[in-house]
Amino acid sequence: MQSYRIRRINWTDLFMWVVGAALLALIVGGTYLTLQQGKFTAVQWFDLAVFGLAQGSVYALIALGYTLVYGILRMINFAHSEIFMSGAFIGYFAATGMQRAGFMQENPLLGIIIIFLTAMTTSAVLAILLERIAYRPLRGAPRLVPLITAIGASFFLQYTFRGLFGTQNRAYPEIDVIKGTVPLFGDFQIQKIQIIVIAAAAMMMAFLVLFVQYTKTGKAMRAVSEDKSVAALMGIDVDAIIVRTFILGASLAGAAGVLYCFMFRIVTFYMGFIPGIKAFTAAVLGGIGNPAGAMLGGLFLGIFESLGPTLFLDGLGVPAPYQLKDVIAFTMLVMVLIFRPTGILGERLSRAKA
Amino acid sequence: MSTTQNTFDWRKTLQLGLIGGLVGVLIALVGMVDEFDKRDIVAGTLSMGWTLLLLTALITGYFAASMMPKGRGLPGIVSAVVASAIFAVVMSVLAWLVDRFDLRQVLVNASPNLVKILTFEQGVPNGLFMLIGAGAAVGLLGGVIHILPDRIRKAVALGLSMVALLGLLQEIIQVSLAGFEGVSKALEWMFGKGTEKGLSVAGAIVVFIVVAAGNLLWNTNAPKVNAQFNKLPQKSRRSLRWLGYGILFLVIIYLPAVLGLYLTEVVNSTGLFILMGLGLNIVVGFAGLLDLGYVAFYAIGAYTVGVLTNFSGELTWHFGWNFWLALPVAVSLAVLAGVVLGVPVLNMRGDYLAIVTLGFGEIIRILALSDFLKPSIGGSQGIVNIPPPQFLGVLINNPQTLYYVIVAGAILALFISQRLRDSRLGRSWKALREDEDVAQAMGINLVATKLLAFATGAAFSGLSGSILAVKLGTIYPHSFALLISINVLALIIVGGMGSIPGVFVGGLLLAGMPELLREFAEYRLLIYGALLVVMMQVRPEGFWPEATHKRELHEAEAVKPAEAEA
Repeated sequence: MQSYRIRRINWTDLFMWVVGAALLALIVGGTYLTLQQGKFTAVQWFDLAVFGLAQGSVYALIALGYTLVYGILRMINFAHSEIFMSGAFIGYFAATGMQRAGFMQENPLLGIIIIFLTAMTTSAVLAILLERIAYRPLRGAPRLVPLITAIGASFFLQYTFRGLFGTQNRAYPEIDVIKGTVPLFGDFQIQKIQIIVIAAAAMMMAFLVLFVQYTKTGKAMRAVSEDKSVAALMGIDVDAIIVRTFILGASLAGAAGVLYCFMFRIVTFYMGFIPGIKAFTAAVLGGIGNPAGAMLGGLFLGIFESLGPTLFLDGLGVPAPYQLKDVIAFTMLVMVLIFRPTGILGERLSRAKA
Repeated sequence: MSTTQNTFDWRKTLQLGLIGGLVGVLIALVGMVDEFDKRDIVAGTLSMGWTLLLLTALITGYFAASMMPKGRGLPGIVSAVVASAIFAVVMSVLAWLVDRFDLRQVLVNASPNLVKILTFEQGVPNGLFMLIGAGAAVGLLGGVIHILPDRIRKAVALGLSMVALLGLLQEIIQVSLAGFEGVSKALEWMFGKGTEKGLSVAGAIVVFIVVAAGNLLWNTNAPKVNAQFNKLPQKSRRSLRWLGYGILFLVIIYLPAVLGLYLTEVVNSTGLFILMGLGLNIVVGFAGLLDLGYVAFYAIGAYTVGVLTNFSGELTWHFGWNFWLALPVAVSLAVLAGVVLGVPVLNMRGDYLAIVTLGFGEIIRILALSDFLKPSIGGSQGIVNIPPPQFLGVLINNPQTLYYVIVAGAILALFISQRLRDSRLGRSWKALREDEDVAQAMGINLVATKLLAFATGAAFSGLSGSILAVKLGTIYPHSFALLISINVLALIIVGGMGSIPGVFVGGLLLAGMPELLREFAEYRLLIYGALLVVMMQVRPEGFWPEATHKRELHEAEAVKPAEAEA
């Protein structure tokens, strides 16, 4: 395969290079025109960037779940987006319950911690069930089989939540402490919630890195992702480690769900789909199987997606460019997979092991 | 595990009962019991919602019986009864909780109506005992069914499912056969009169006995009939087969006249799904390329026809073409799109392919929805005023005429996929599915083979989309959501990946049934999701499998016993 590509350039590669060059020209030209027109102030760009950073942190947290599971099982856990949604959903019930009881107003910090714990527990329990019921019986099946199962599980969970909790959009309660903005220099300011999201995500990612690097479970996880059977010979309980990986990824997704709700303040049964795909894009962008890559990819995608539509398309005279932000994200996914399937930090996986 | 033979395994029984109970609670709380309760299977006696619960109890009992060390015999039956009773206890706890506390703030379906259904309208304390009693009785039935010999069990199962099917479809059967004088009396007796919907009790019993006995008879005599058929000389065998085709042809021609407007409409939408299924079957089933953005080509087909034939003048371009002129253009554009979207994913496999194609599907939908392309394709308002086509002076503007267009399309697609399957290209596709690297080593041109798969699949989908455009007369971006791709995927997986008859089976089950039973519509994707998960574990080859694919999927199992021997 490799040598085949090097030996001669075929027309399909040529086609892709042309498409890539055209897109690059579009981006550069669009950016130039937008900046030249100067419709947007520095403050606006700054706001967009910070928003992108916050959104990217959430993507990064979800992406970690994809990457961890992929690293060990070599499968895309399609249902991960629904695990994210479940955390957000149950966290919402905890939040409204405490809000109504007046607990949230008296002990806001404790309340927020409880919301996080509820969400993370829910997601973790769901992930354990998912792994046990849907994925474990399929170890060693042909590749398409677990993938289809994961797609099925994703829809099953999504519509189970729809059935259980209804179809309406539920508005997340407003928590007073995290409202408002913090002034910086000049006209620049940051919303409090964005600071919280970025800080919380950074903390959790730091925790994850330490966990994977230095704990016994973390070492075992790395061993299992190297080679399952050798790890088993070394006395590692592979199934238990896989379950723990799912729990770890799901807890991060649950926490991401709460942060996402803090930002967008709306809960629905289908809220997981788009962030899930974005997070997967982020994981691929950073190099799937590589936690550091997932974080980097998430942040990059968040900012790219927030600035991109306005920056690239506005100058070209495209009406309502923000509508096309998902198109930009998906196009980036495709382009990354074509021109650098390893992602920013990863090894060459999409071809070699896929 | 430490239990020896003949002892009763309490732990497993309890476990199964609880699992069954949780499944039951889930079914009740997602609202299926409540929603399906409106439709009766046996009029006034047994609703579909109850059937669902009874089935859960029955399966719980059956599994409990089969779990026992010496499954057949008393411990099995006791275990079945206990497990199903536990199931009923869990359900009654649910009923009590729902009755006691108002949970509707959170669980929207925990309604008083649910309690009413669960307690046989007897109120909480009394009804709960009845519920537990009923659970134990059904468990007993499950245990007994487990003891029966295979042959009889199959006949019983078939009889019961036939009763369920006829009960569900009674409305349709009555409507479509009402025209025939003699039949209506028999129907009246079988389905009961007036407003009650479902089989009458006597009708249900008769259906059950006839089907079960018929199945038993057929099973004992089938080898003989087959042998008889094979003994016939070549010539008369062929003429018998042609007679079969002839009857099928007549049925297809006269179907819309018999079915009436509404049912023809159902057949039409099923037909469009089958058409798409045949296309995706080539991509996923033959070539093994999991494409989740299949709806993109459907959209391209529909939008091309929409733009080219539209006459309202709201769009910038104004073609006003004839449908028959626009159709080939639409299909060619879909093929072109199939190739263009296929090139980037040539080097990707499995998971990556799925995600990227999904991304393509979403890109197309978002572009169709955006203000950016609104002047040319209508944005979120879509394209209205797509004129109905004319064929030899006949205006194709109602389901009954459109039916023939769809049937013609389906037969064309069927013919093409059948011929392709057995061709050199078809064998290349299958080689690709089994192992890409080996296929390449065998001299198969991966690029051409993959692109041809994408292109053929896209052509069928584009055709289906074009017909959809004239069927609806208007197209909106919302008709092209990811869910369509998932629907089609579920359809070919349930039917059997790579199996052409499987597409029809899957289409009837997953596209036809939900159209008929509107209660299902809400739970369509829930059921599909569960179906995909269960199918992949129990029967990954589908209901009507293709021989090679089945062998491939069961390879591991075939090897295992051999290993165990060694």
